[in-house]
Amino acid sequence: MEPITAFQAKIVALPIENIDTDQVIPASYLKVTDKNGLAEGLFYNWRYNADGSPNPDFVLNRPEAQGAQILIAGHNFGCGSSREHAPWALQGYGFKAVISTYFADIFCNNALKNGLLPIIVDTETYYQLVSLWEEEPGTTIDVDLANQTLTLPDGRQVDFPIDGFAKYCLLNGVDQLGFLQQQEPDIVAYERDHTATYSTIK
Amino acid sequence: MDRQPKTLFEKIWDAHVVRPESKDTPAVLYIDLHLIHEVTSPQAFTQLRERGLTVRRPDRTLATMDHSTPTTPRNTNGIIPVLDTQAAAQLEQLTRNCKDFGIPLYTLGTENQGIVHVIGPEQGLTQPGMTIVCGDSHTSTHGAFGALAFGIGTSEVAHVLATQCLLQNKPRTCAVRVDGRLQPGVSAKDIILAIIAQNGVGGGTGYVFEYTGEAIRALSMEERMTICNMSIEGGARAGMVAPDDTTFEYVAGRPYAPQGAAWDAAVAHWRTLPTDEDATYDHMITLNASTLTPMITYGTNPGMGMPITDTIPDPMSLSDPSARIALDKALKYMDLRPGERLLGHPVEVVFLGSCTNSRISDLRLAAHMLQGRKVAPGVRMLVVPGSQQVKKQAEAEGLHAIFQAAGAEWREAGCSMCIAMNGDELRPGQYAVSTSNRNFEGRQGKGGRTFLASPLTAVATAINGCVADPRELLMTA
Repeated sequence: MEPITAFQAKIVALPIENIDTDQVIPASYLKVTDKNGLAEGLFYNWRYNADGSPNPDFVLNRPEAQGAQILIAGHNFGCGSSREHAPWALQGYGFKAVISTYFADIFCNNALKNGLLPIIVDTETYYQLVSLWEEEPGTTIDVDLANQTLTLPDGRQVDFPIDGFAKYCLLNGVDQLGFLQQQEPDIVAYERDHTATYSTIK
Repeated sequence: MDRQPKTLFEKIWDAHVVRPESKDTPAVLYIDLHLIHEVTSPQAFTQLRERGLTVRRPDRTLATMDHSTPTTPRNTNGIIPVLDTQAAAQLEQLTRNCKDFGIPLYTLGTENQGIVHVIGPEQGLTQPGMTIVCGDSHTSTHGAFGALAFGIGTSEVAHVLATQCLLQNKPRTCAVRVDGRLQPGVSAKDIILAIIAQNGVGGGTGYVFEYTGEAIRALSMEERMTICNMSIEGGARAGMVAPDDTTFEYVAGRPYAPQGAAWDAAVAHWRTLPTDEDATYDHMITLNASTLTPMITYGTNPGMGMPITDTIPDPMSLSDPSARIALDKALKYMDLRPGERLLGHPVEVVFLGSCTNSRISDLRLAAHMLQGRKVAPGVRMLVVPGSQQVKKQAEAEGLHAIFQAAGAEWREAGCSMCIAMNGDELRPGQYAVSTSNRNFEGRQGKGGRTFLASPLTAVATAINGCVADPRELLMTA
């Protein structure tokens, strides 16, 4: 995985709480066996009308939203299904980060494993960002992972929390599976000390 | 000796720590049972192949086909035809992956195939004290046995395949105490829908729920599974119930349950698992089962639920703008208005099935209520058993004949209309009462509108052709 450090990007806001991963990527897109083509399914049922034409009322279809790489969304973003297709689709579309007041646990894990930053801010900052999008669509903000800060256009800095190990992996391009494989001696020792009585699955 | 009082969760967690959490790294947690299915595993196997890795413990891994599988009746050769070429390719891929990596697989239509969260308990693979994961958020179901079971993403599926371990930060604990006893016509499904309506779909984020209290102890294993299944709908990755005699009786004699002396040793160990009397939880929520009524959802997440006799709330009553937009958007999608009742609202479809409510006890309850009655004209009722074993048992008891005589469809086993990626789906605009777990926009088919409810409410609705209170049917029975 490519290391992530700092970037500046356009924002777009979807100020709705509890956006579930079925909305991010509908189940009809889960029949793939790779990660290709998921961007076209991103928010499919909101982005397109029943006849397949783009829904002009949906925020991602607005001209000012083109090229946005930071999604601002209401609390508990990514709830519901564990599908990792959700962060894959968001990244495939071009998003590098999602900002919310909190994220569903499984989505947060999945996002971090793919280098999509789940950035948690307080409610006040969240609504400031929503207003920023509404008043100045096309505006950009700065994300600095190393310092765990967002910088708003007026220069105000906001700190955000992130799991220390996930941050280390993202900054250094360390792959978590590789890290787990390095635990082999401990895994062997655990299995030796815990000879499970469970029957072999056939 | 470690004398610190512990919760059920802490006992299981501590027993599976390969390497403890440190300042810089999460814990390395050992996984006892890994269940896989066709939808969330292909990219994980690709990762193993790219790195030249093997599956560390194929003997602790089991695959089944359930999500993208059709539930249409078999053809004259006894085959369930997969007409969707993309789904067929996905099923083929799972077959090849399992063959290449030596993983046992229950293929479509074979005797033990079924929904992943139905077959684990059914085969006796799900046991108290275990850590269980699957690339599916409803893995929380298995927590009903006093196991730590939670859903994972595909990257983590690859981690478990390769190392039998996961990197995990320790979640916090929340006791969900349900006091009192359920009234007739009110069921386990109503308990969990009430908990989620009360605490919201994000209320359990960061927590593992442990369901305690008199009402939970009185439930059967299959009812406990219904409750634990929807823990994720309350935001909790895992939900658990301390094992007791009800648990042991359910596990005993199943194909993978310990036998003889091993059984006695296992039960002795399982009896040590319940939360110590003086252990504490990080948080507690309570509910009184005695005052519960049948529940139903009106919106587009499982937290938008209410007693079946209530009226739909007004978005204008919500102070938070994002919450107001969400409810307003939900009611527009559902084409419902604040102040309306759902009782009497016409439905086109009734779905009885899913990992929440497709076990034999669900089917028995539904068949009992439907016996001698008819599904209302214009209503399509699908009855989808959770597994081939459930189907076989139901047919041995003649339940299928009751469903068919009433005018319901008796289907093959699978996720069916809960995920709507297998041919079973609502048409745009249709209303359904569904015993499944999610009423998200489009979940049961693009434009479809779902009311989540218990199997009893689903049957009462099928008979009436509109949302109905099952307690009225019980009174006239």
